[in-house]
Amino acid sequence: MWLTRPLQERSTQVFLGVLFAALVVVSALHLFMPEDSALYVSSYTVTLLGKYLCYALLAVAVDLVWGYLGILSLGHGAFFALGGYAMGMYLMRQIGDRGVYGHPTLPDFMVFLNWQELPWYWHGFDMAWFAFIMVLLAPGLLALVFGFLAFRSRVTGVYLSIITQALTFALMLAFFRNEMGFGGNNGLTDFKDILGFDLRTDATRLGLFIATGIALAIGYVICRGIVTSKLGRVSVACRDAEARTRFLGYRVERVQLFVFVVSAMLAGVAGALYVPQVGIINPSEFSPLFSIEIVVWVALGGRATLYGAVIGAILVNYAKTVFTGIMPDAWLFALGGLFVLVTVFLPKGIAGLLQKRKKAETTEPTPAQEATA
Amino acid sequence: MGITGSLSRLLLVCLLLWPAMATAQVDDSEAQQLLTALAESSFAEKKDVVNRIAGSGDERARIWLEAFAANKLARIESTGQFVIVLSNRGRDWDVESATTGESLGEVSRRDIDTIRVNNSLRSELESILSVIDLKSPNEDSRLTAARALRGNVDDGLADQLPDLIEAETASDVRLALTEALAIYQVEEQGDRSAVAVLSGSLNSDARAALQNAARSDDPALAAAANKALESIEQKLKFNRAAETLYFGLSLGSVLVLAAIGLAITFGVMGVINMAHGELIMLGAYTTWGMQQLLPGQPGLALILSIPAGFLVAALAGIAIERTVIQHLKGRPLETLLATFGVSLILQQLVRTVISPLNRTVITPDWMSGSVMINEALSLTLNRMYVIGFALVVFAGLMLIMRKTRLGLEVRAVTQNRAMARSMGIKATKVDILTFGLGSGVAGLAGVALSQITNVGPNLGQNYIIDSFMVVVFGGVGNLWGTLLAGLSLGTINQLLEPWAGAVLAKILVLVFIILFIQKRPKGLFPQKGRAAEG
Repeated sequence: MWLTRPLQERSTQVFLGVLFAALVVVSALHLFMPEDSALYVSSYTVTLLGKYLCYALLAVAVDLVWGYLGILSLGHGAFFALGGYAMGMYLMRQIGDRGVYGHPTLPDFMVFLNWQELPWYWHGFDMAWFAFIMVLLAPGLLALVFGFLAFRSRVTGVYLSIITQALTFALMLAFFRNEMGFGGNNGLTDFKDILGFDLRTDATRLGLFIATGIALAIGYVICRGIVTSKLGRVSVACRDAEARTRFLGYRVERVQLFVFVVSAMLAGVAGALYVPQVGIINPSEFSPLFSIEIVVWVALGGRATLYGAVIGAILVNYAKTVFTGIMPDAWLFALGGLFVLVTVFLPKGIAGLLQKRKKAETTEPTPAQEATA
Repeated sequence: MGITGSLSRLLLVCLLLWPAMATAQVDDSEAQQLLTALAESSFAEKKDVVNRIAGSGDERARIWLEAFAANKLARIESTGQFVIVLSNRGRDWDVESATTGESLGEVSRRDIDTIRVNNSLRSELESILSVIDLKSPNEDSRLTAARALRGNVDDGLADQLPDLIEAETASDVRLALTEALAIYQVEEQGDRSAVAVLSGSLNSDARAALQNAARSDDPALAAAANKALESIEQKLKFNRAAETLYFGLSLGSVLVLAAIGLAITFGVMGVINMAHGELIMLGAYTTWGMQQLLPGQPGLALILSIPAGFLVAALAGIAIERTVIQHLKGRPLETLLATFGVSLILQQLVRTVISPLNRTVITPDWMSGSVMINEALSLTLNRMYVIGFALVVFAGLMLIMRKTRLGLEVRAVTQNRAMARSMGIKATKVDILTFGLGSGVAGLAGVALSQITNVGPNLGQNYIIDSFMVVVFGGVGNLWGTLLAGLSLGTINQLLEPWAGAVLAKILVLVFIILFIQKRPKGLFPQKGRAAEG
């Protein structure tokens, strides 16, 4: 089975082990340490870590298409945001009549805009199962249509990057419009509860954190399963020599489409878990800057490793939290510098450094190995 | 009719004499006499006196009558001098002599005897004043007066208008007067023949008159008016189309300017420079800086900014090429990321060093204002300059690429680097110069953009996606394609805007390009032959 194979891999076992250990330790420190202890993990930190894990899942999704398929998507923020909006719509409907205007079905912003009834695409989002399906379907469908058109006409490389960027830019402009019915500029916010649990309680926050950790684990295993399968090898072949793979008889565009859609769905799940934790979703998640930031997490961590993407996402976002806290002006300098330094001096990212060290420890490199490295 | 009749005869006389007395002045004693008559006669007699003043041909008559209508013509009781009151606040009033125009300082309010005017006189004065204006030797003031007349013609004036039209030499003044008369004839007399005069007019008063006539009881008049309105509507439609086209071309030329540098660096060299927008921004900030260096001379500063903006952006571009891009040769996706990092750094640099807020760049006088094509269509000058500038820059680039040694070497290196080098071309030097050229053109775009949009740290970001779209849409490596793509995308955007709104229009254009690239991945004008490979 392609899904169980990665579980026998050493690297996956290590990754899952570290992830679960982190989940357990953070939960234990949060639950059992007294609040004045230095080791106590506040619920603010738990949510922050949960946010990092969402970003990590998103980075894994990007690494799947960039690292193993050679498609540099500058629009994965769009899939993330679509998943987020699907979840946000569910959370909005859960507010019910507890909104500021107290309308039984309409969210506050619609009452404010003098809308009389719910737009058709908001129906069904009061049911959790429907919303959760939409979390997968909305980004998946967009990726399917977009990918079908793009891969069929063999748009690849830089062209594809730029049109994915245009895609997310167009969606951002669209979601900024009040007429779209997604809250315009302000987005969706003021959520009350999820599946009956109050979002403001510590227990729910911890639960969401753990859920995100599990989602990351599952996402990682799925990606690992794909890349170690035969499909994954064909996909790597597409990355390295698309024309040759096509001449060997593989339907390159189908492989690309499948991997792209899976990646978009993973990004959607990441977005859906992100929204209840940060409490808001607005069109800025669609901004091209965010999408390209994701790529730099992956680049820093190391392409085509998956675990590198997780490391990169957590590191960069931790740095962002620290920087924007103490000197907000310096953050863009640091981020910009990171882009340049990583691409020029660290093309294989942190994972590349780790592998090099490991190799140096275990064996003296032979000339043959160096040639292939 | 008695008074207006005599008035018109009088005016006719002076009209015939008018060229001779255009700058004439009656002597001071006569002026004194006229004004005294005005001051001392009854309201009924004052009309005659007013006509005599207007007919005197004195160039000061207008000032006197205007002051009279505004209750500001007065006589100082103690001296008998006639004055014009400049300010009537407080106890002492500021006055100047009505005859010589020299300031007489402040005079006690009690000593000033204002010459009284009533409402019927005032309305009479209005048309007399406009007739005086119509006879002014200055063509511009005649035109202004004639245009203001439309819809404001009264019976007395209507009698004089045919003669004025006859005597008028300037064709546009004559046209305005004819229209003014025709509006009067349509509105007051239901004159069907006058409708024909108005049928081509774009004036709103003319249209209002026709619309009234179209609702009249006289079916023949209504039919004629409707027909005239139809032809006006046709004309207006044409004007609106012309205006949309102009806005489209103007937006398109901005896109061309922003994208043409990219067409060199991305299209010809194949380097993805995401910091291109920030090079545009540097050009715009150079203009701002130049204006800070040369305060009070925005025009000179702007002209100097053209070479300065080119140089600043070109040097910045070369610095980027040397420090970042050359290490990433053959790895386009990495180049994209690294230059994106550079763009973030440049943006933040401007925010930190200059200001996160928008800077004001002054538009010089000779670029502000607009050219009036006709009454329904006026084109703003600054946009016209930008269109012209874009075309000049395009032509210049075309020349460089086609006719110079550099252009030849650039094309050689991009087509086959190894072969070009073996022919003795210094590929590295060509890289530097090409990238500098493309970046410098981005700087030029910034100089132009500073005239029509806000200069701020986000300026470049707003154009980068559009620029790439234009280059990709036009076909990579094809300057003509970029020109056509920019202009057509700008026009499409403007065509969509009226019914879709600005944001939706932009979205639709983006979606259109995304779909277009699916259909034709290599753009409008794909490269053919060997240059297309690799």
